[in-house]
Amino acid sequence: MQTFVPWIQFGIGLVLSPLLAGIVNRTKAFFAGRRGQPLLQVYYDIAKGLAKGAVFSRTATWIFRAGPLIGAAAAVTALALAPFGGRPAAVSFPGDPILFLGLFGLMRGLTVLAALDTGSSFEGMGASREVFFSALTEPVMMLGFLALARESGALSLSGILNAASLERPETALVAVALFIAFLCENSRIPFDDPNTHLELTMIHEVMVLDHGGPDFALIQAGSAVKFWCLGSLIVNLFLPLRPDWPWTANTAAGLAAMAVLAVSVGVVESVTARLRLNRVPQLLAAAAALSALALIFSLG
Amino acid sequence: MIPVLAAFAVLLASGVTPRLFRPDSGFGRRVGPAGVVIAAALTLIPACRVLAGRTPIREAWPWPMPFGSFAFHLDPLAAFFLVPIVVLSALSAWYGPDYFGGHDPGRAGRSWLPFNALVGGMIGVCLADNALFFLLAWETMALSSFFLVAFDHREEGVRRAAFIYLVAAHVGTAFLLPMFLSFANAAGTADFAAFSGSLSGPAASAAFVLAVIGFGAKAGFVPLHVWLPDAHPAAPSHVSALMSGVMLKTGLYGLIRTLTFLGVPNAWWGWTLIAVGAVSALIGVLFAMAQRDLKRLLAYSSVENVGIICLSLGVATVGRAAGLRPVAFLGFAAALVHTVNHAAFKGTLFLAAGSAVRAAATREMDRLGGLSRRMPFTAAVFLAGSLAASGLPPFSGFFGEFLLLSGLWRGVTEADPSTAVSMAGAASVLALVFGLSLIVYVKAFGVSFLGSPRSDAGSDAVESPASMTVPMAALAAFCVLGGLAWAALFRAVIPAAAGVFGPVPLAETADTSEWLWKIAAVSGLLVLAAGCVALLRLRRGRPAVRSSVTWGCGYGPATARMQYTGSSFVQPATELFGFVLGTRKNVRPPAGYFPAGRRFETETPDMSREKLYRPLLAAVSRLFSRIRAIQEGRLQVYVAYMVLTLLTLLLWMLR
Repeated sequence: MQTFVPWIQFGIGLVLSPLLAGIVNRTKAFFAGRRGQPLLQVYYDIAKGLAKGAVFSRTATWIFRAGPLIGAAAAVTALALAPFGGRPAAVSFPGDPILFLGLFGLMRGLTVLAALDTGSSFEGMGASREVFFSALTEPVMMLGFLALARESGALSLSGILNAASLERPETALVAVALFIAFLCENSRIPFDDPNTHLELTMIHEVMVLDHGGPDFALIQAGSAVKFWCLGSLIVNLFLPLRPDWPWTANTAAGLAAMAVLAVSVGVVESVTARLRLNRVPQLLAAAAALSALALIFSLG
Repeated sequence: MIPVLAAFAVLLASGVTPRLFRPDSGFGRRVGPAGVVIAAALTLIPACRVLAGRTPIREAWPWPMPFGSFAFHLDPLAAFFLVPIVVLSALSAWYGPDYFGGHDPGRAGRSWLPFNALVGGMIGVCLADNALFFLLAWETMALSSFFLVAFDHREEGVRRAAFIYLVAAHVGTAFLLPMFLSFANAAGTADFAAFSGSLSGPAASAAFVLAVIGFGAKAGFVPLHVWLPDAHPAAPSHVSALMSGVMLKTGLYGLIRTLTFLGVPNAWWGWTLIAVGAVSALIGVLFAMAQRDLKRLLAYSSVENVGIICLSLGVATVGRAAGLRPVAFLGFAAALVHTVNHAAFKGTLFLAAGSAVRAAATREMDRLGGLSRRMPFTAAVFLAGSLAASGLPPFSGFFGEFLLLSGLWRGVTEADPSTAVSMAGAASVLALVFGLSLIVYVKAFGVSFLGSPRSDAGSDAVESPASMTVPMAALAAFCVLGGLAWAALFRAVIPAAAGVFGPVPLAETADTSEWLWKIAAVSGLLVLAAGCVALLRLRRGRPAVRSSVTWGCGYGPATARMQYTGSSFVQPATELFGFVLGTRKNVRPPAGYFPAGRRFETETPDMSREKLYRPLLAAVSRLFSRIRAIQEGRLQVYVAYMVLTLLTLLLWMLR
C-alpha cells in the first residue's frame, strides 16, 4: 500500500488541480461582493473545450499544436516529482529539483514557441514578457531550494521540503520568496492579471489567444497542474507533518492547506494592484534577496 | 597508433589532391570531404577502444628537431575529446560540398586543404605527448582555420574578422610558449610524460595563469573572446560548426591537460576558473540575446557554453583542493558531458543556420521569419538544437547542466560556509544564465523560423538537399535522445575523470549514473504523458477544424511587418541589462502633423572591444607614433643609425 501512496497523491493532484482556480475565483468574487462562477467552472471549461473543434491560423505549423500538448505533459511529469502532504514524491532522487525546474522550462519554452508560431504581434509581446520574467524567477527558486538544502543536508525535493520546519527563520524567508515566485510563475497579480481584457496588458493570456477548443483545454489543465505542483512545495514548507503519520491524515492536511493557499492567492489578488511591468524585475530581485538572506542564515 | 597515422596521411592526400587535379570538378570538390570521413573512421577505432576500457596507447618516434619527438598518447581524456572532434568533422565535411554549391567551385574545392589541415591539427593537439609536437599541431590548427575564416576574402568585413582571429590566436600562443618552456626547463625534457609534478609553488601558479590566458584565447573566455563573434559569422557554416563545436574545446582540453601536470591544485585556481566561467557565461548569454545576426548569436552562445564548461572545471578544481571528492567528480563530469553536448548542439545549430542562411541569403533574423513552412526539415533540426542548447529536459543539453548544478548543490550542503556561499552564488548565476539562454534560443528559432516571412529574403527559400540534411539530422538525433544517450554513455566519463583525479570510488559513479537513468525514466514518463494527452485529443474523432488568419484582435489586414521582431522580443531583458550591453540607439521619432523620415536603429557592439581593446590599442599606437620620430625618411640619417649601432657594438666587444 505504502508504495502506491505517492501515486494516489499524484492522482489526487491531477484530478483536483482545476478546483484550485475555482477557489481563487470564488474568493475574488467574495471580495468584490459577487456570487462568482461555480467552483467547478474550470472542469466545465476543460470538458467543453475538449469536445469542441478549433480554428487554426494559416500561419501556424505543427509547433502550434505541439505546444499545449507537451506543456501539459511536462506539468503532469513535474507533478510526479512534487512531494505532497509531508510524504516523499512518486519519483525522488538527489538533484531532482533541477529536473523539476527544467520541466517547467520546457513547458514555458513550448508555450512561447507556439505563441510565436502564429506570427501575431500581441502574442510575440506576451511571449517576450513571459520568458523574461521567468528567467528572473529561476535564481529565486534555485537559491531558495539551496537554502533549504543547506539546512537539511538533503538533495531531493522531498528531502529538503519535508525536513524544513517553520520555526527556523530561513524557512519562513524561503516560503515568502517561493510564494512570490509562485505568483509570477502562475501569472497571478501582481505580475499578471488572468482576468484582464486588454491584450496589450496581458502576459500569459495573450500568448494563448489563438488556441481554441481542445488545445486551450489542455493549456488550462496544464496551468492548473502547474499551480498545484508549485503550490504543494509551499504548502509542504508550512505543514509540520511527519512521513510516519497515517497517509490519509497527511493527505487531508495537505488538501486543506492547498485550499488555504488558493484562498490566500485570491486575497492577494483582491487587495493588491498589478505592478507596472518595469517594476516586476525589482520585486523578483527582492525575492532573490530574501532567498539569499535565507541561505546566509542557513550557514550558521 | 597506426590507424591515426593513416588518418593523417589520408587527410593530407585528400587535401592536396584537388589542387593537383581540377578543384572545380565533381571529383575535386568531393575528394577532400571524403578524406575527412575516412580519417574520422580510422581515428574513431582506437579512441573508442580506449574509452571502452582498453589500455591507453603511448608511442613515440624520433624526430630530428631539438626537444621534439613524435610522441603520441591516447588516454581516456584524449579519447573523450577526440570522439566529438572527429565525428563533427566528418559530418561537417559531408555537409560542406553542397553548402558551397555552385558558389565559386574552384575555390570551394581548394578550401579542403585548410579544412583537412584543421581536422589533422585538432587530432594532433589531442594526441600530442610532446610540447613541441603539441605547439606545431596547435599552430597548424590556428593557421588553417585562419584560411577558412578568410574564405570569402573579397568582403572587407571577412578580411577584418580573419585578421582579428589571427592576432588573437597568436597572442594566445605567446602565452603558451613560456608556459611550456617553464615545464620543459623544470622537467629537463619536452615530453609531457615528465611534466607532471615538475613545477610547484609560485612557478606552478604562474604556469596556471599562463595556461588560462593562452588556452582561454582559443576557447573564448571573456574578455579574450573578441575574435569569436566576428570569425564565426564570417566563416562558411560548416567551418563555423567545426570551429565553434570542437575547435574551441581544444583550448579546454589544453587547460585540463595542463591541470593534470600541476598536481593537487590551489583552491584559488578553482575560484579563478569559476569567476572567469561565470562572467563568460553571463556576458556570452547577454550579448547573444542582443544580436540580430543569427550566426553572431550562435557565436556568443559559444562564449556562454565555454564559460559553463570553465565554471565546471573550476568546481572540480575547488572540490579537489578542498577534498570534496563527489563535488570534484561531478564538476569534472559536467565539463566533459557539456563539451560533447555543446559540440552536438552547436554543430546542429550552425549547420541548420547555414542551411537557412544559404536559402534565404541573409543572416539578419529580423528579415527572416516563416522559414519552417518553406524548410520544415531544417526548422525541425534547428528546433532540436535550440531545445538542447537551452538546457531543457529531456534534451541532451540538460545533462551537463544537471551534473554541474548537482555538483554545486553537494558543495553547498557539505562544504564550509564560505565555500558554500560562493558555490550558491555560482548556482544562482547559472540559473539566471539558463533562464536567459531560453530567451536566446526562443528568439533565434521563433523569429527566424516561425511566423510569416518578414521580407522577400526568406519567402521563396527551398529546402536543402539530402547531403546537407542527413548530417544535420544525425547531430539532431543526439540532441533529442540525450536522455538515454547519457545514461548509457556515462561509463565513458569515468576513466577520463580517473586519469585526472586518480581512481574514482565506485559508489559515487554508480549513484550518478543511477540519477541519470532516473532522469531518463522521467523523460519516458514525459513522453508517455504526451502520448496519453495526444490520444485524448485524437479520440475525440475529428471535430470541425477550420483554418483562418491569426487573431489580430478584430483587425484583419495585419501584415508580416507588424510581427514582433527579434529586437523587440528581447527588449525588456536588454533594457534591464543595458548597463552591461551598452546598446546604442539611433532614434528619430516621427514628429509634426505629417511625420516623415522616422528611424530607429539599435546596435550592440562587443563590450570588451569597446571598453578594453580599443583604448588599449589606441594607447599602444600612440606610444609607437612617438617612436616614429626616429623614422626620419632621409637616407643619411639611416646610415648614421647604422654607423652608430656598429660603433656601439664594437665598443661593447672591446670592453
